[in-house]
Amino acid sequence: MHVTLALAILMLLWTAAPGLAQEPYRVGAIFSITGPGSSLGIPERDTALMLEADINRRGGVKGPDGALHPLKLVIYDDGSDETKAVLAAKKLIEEDKVVALVGTTLSGTSLAILDTVQRAEVPMVSCAAAAKIVEPAAERRWVFKTPQSDALIVGALVDHLKSRGLTRVGWLNVDYAFGQLGWLAFEQAAQRAGLTIVGNEKFGQKDVDITPQLTRVKGADPQAVVVWSIPPSASIATKNFADLGLRVPLFQSHGVGNKRYIELAGPAASGVTFPAGKLLVAEQLPDEDVQKSVLLAYARDFEARYGPRNTFGGHAWDAVQLVVGALGKAGADRAGVRAAIESTRNFVGITGVFDFSPTDHNGLDRRAVTMIRIVDGQWRLAR
Amino acid sequence: MLDGVPQYLASGLVVGGIYALIGLGFVIVFSVTRIVNFAQGEFVMLGALLMVTWQARGLGTPAAFVLTVLVVAAVGAVLERVAVRPLRRASGLSVLILTIGAAIALRGAGLVVWGTDPFAVAAFSPGPPLRIAGAVVVRQGLWVLGVAAVVFALLWWFFTRTYAGTAVRACAVNPRAARLMGIRVDRVFLLAFALSGALGAVAGAVVAPITYATYDMGLMLGLKGFVAAVLGGLVSPAGAIAGGFLLGVLESMAAGLLSSAYKDAVAFIVLIAVCLAQVTGRLPWRMVEEE
Repeated sequence: MHVTLALAILMLLWTAAPGLAQEPYRVGAIFSITGPGSSLGIPERDTALMLEADINRRGGVKGPDGALHPLKLVIYDDGSDETKAVLAAKKLIEEDKVVALVGTTLSGTSLAILDTVQRAEVPMVSCAAAAKIVEPAAERRWVFKTPQSDALIVGALVDHLKSRGLTRVGWLNVDYAFGQLGWLAFEQAAQRAGLTIVGNEKFGQKDVDITPQLTRVKGADPQAVVVWSIPPSASIATKNFADLGLRVPLFQSHGVGNKRYIELAGPAASGVTFPAGKLLVAEQLPDEDVQKSVLLAYARDFEARYGPRNTFGGHAWDAVQLVVGALGKAGADRAGVRAAIESTRNFVGITGVFDFSPTDHNGLDRRAVTMIRIVDGQWRLAR
Repeated sequence: MLDGVPQYLASGLVVGGIYALIGLGFVIVFSVTRIVNFAQGEFVMLGALLMVTWQARGLGTPAAFVLTVLVVAAVGAVLERVAVRPLRRASGLSVLILTIGAAIALRGAGLVVWGTDPFAVAAFSPGPPLRIAGAVVVRQGLWVLGVAAVVFALLWWFFTRTYAGTAVRACAVNPRAARLMGIRVDRVFLLAFALSGALGAVAGAVVAPITYATYDMGLMLGLKGFVAAVLGGLVSPAGAIAGGFLLGVLESMAAGLLSSAYKDAVAFIVLIAVCLAQVTGRLPWRMVEEE
């Protein structure tokens, strides 16, 4: 009995010892693991957990003190809900005392927690796309984000439409932040490029049928149709589009950069073209692309553990790596981590090559976007 | 713009068929028990996701369909037996809250069992969509309408031509008198919940190939079904059917002819209008009678 107890205590001390040696770096993460954003949030969580495990297997993050600190991720699910996201942010900041925040998954939830994060002066790296999250940078001192801004993505799409001579465009978007912000960006970019928008329709993420809206767009005789949403509504729109027999090319947003979209939409997804990061077509990139090796390594690691890669996990990879890099420079100091992220230059990530500055808290340029076409259920680099 | 009207009508009727099936579930439970069962939408979710499970196990559509309906009917019966019956003497509000709790519990169970990803469900008869009078109708849409018609006919037969159905109606009209006549009201309550479970499962199973199946699909569909039931007066099966189709067509027309931004608002504006009209006595048809 005594021997067992002594052994148990000994083992406890033994296993706990490395952890006791150095204070862990605590980083909070908020992802939409349930709710409508879950197809994005789950790969983000998986990627974050994978990085945490990999980093700790190597001993942890090497801090400015030269010692290895284990990385401790505290992950909460916001259920794709703004209120829950704010509560999670408060809990992470006040109770869990994290140095920095990663997430959230959705634009709506990121915008919702901005105030809380800014007031508490905690650096946050969002995995959501909306430009408003980090603009204007002067008013978003503590907030960064890794996905390409709407303007960047939409810009690539508009250029592509123009180069193919598709100037009469019908537009549909899902009626929450992601879709609405996409619409605002598209309206601006299309105007500048001289495209004519011949239809502008909304639908709900839980809609069972988007045929009426598509019929309206069809009536306006467009040369191309753009649907800005995520699955399952993006897949329903794709199926309805094919069922209605629309013959024009269909474009979608980077929100469909997920194998689940192809699975759900089936053959209807064939020929759909969308702007997205390079991860999905990493193998098809030219060898001189600086991102290629990073992309291939991440894709291999992720697919070995969780299944098909998707760009959302990539956003989380960038966010976690940025925070880890900053922790290495500044240690467990919120202001120091913020400054270190802001001064990060030429960071080769999954989404793109990041060059942050006091005026740019996204740090990406047009090279971070490529056009991808779905051919026989596979992603193909579209040129 | 008016070119789209046949298409809006067709889309609206298909969606309306689903709302009608769900609305019927509300009506059957409410007219017998005076309980608004907000777990009705979750029966639809269970129906859709169980189809996914049986199909993944290699069952054919007919077998999967029957099994799904039986299982969800059992879930409805269990809900009545373990949660509703002990609260029989409680206030209407407590029971209402109980059904909302049951809905959240069922959705949580759906999340645990099936996860958050949407699932595709095989169509009952695959094939390209059909063109009918200028409108494109997917084959599954016809299944929705066909199955709804069969269900309506079966229910009519059950309520008017069988002893059990007559007992249910008797309980709906006057539970005390029904009890005096020797009808076992407990059994009728159980039957009403099982039936509403079966109706929800039918709705979920036929709609899943169109909408995909997700653990959180029940809430919105349940609310729309509730609006359909209220439109029809909440105690009238025929009213719920008419209400469902009316709501589906209204939504679709609003999305097509007015603005798609207001599509969901239509359902709830209609609900508020009907409630106001009822309170002020301007409703041209009979609403829930007070006991």
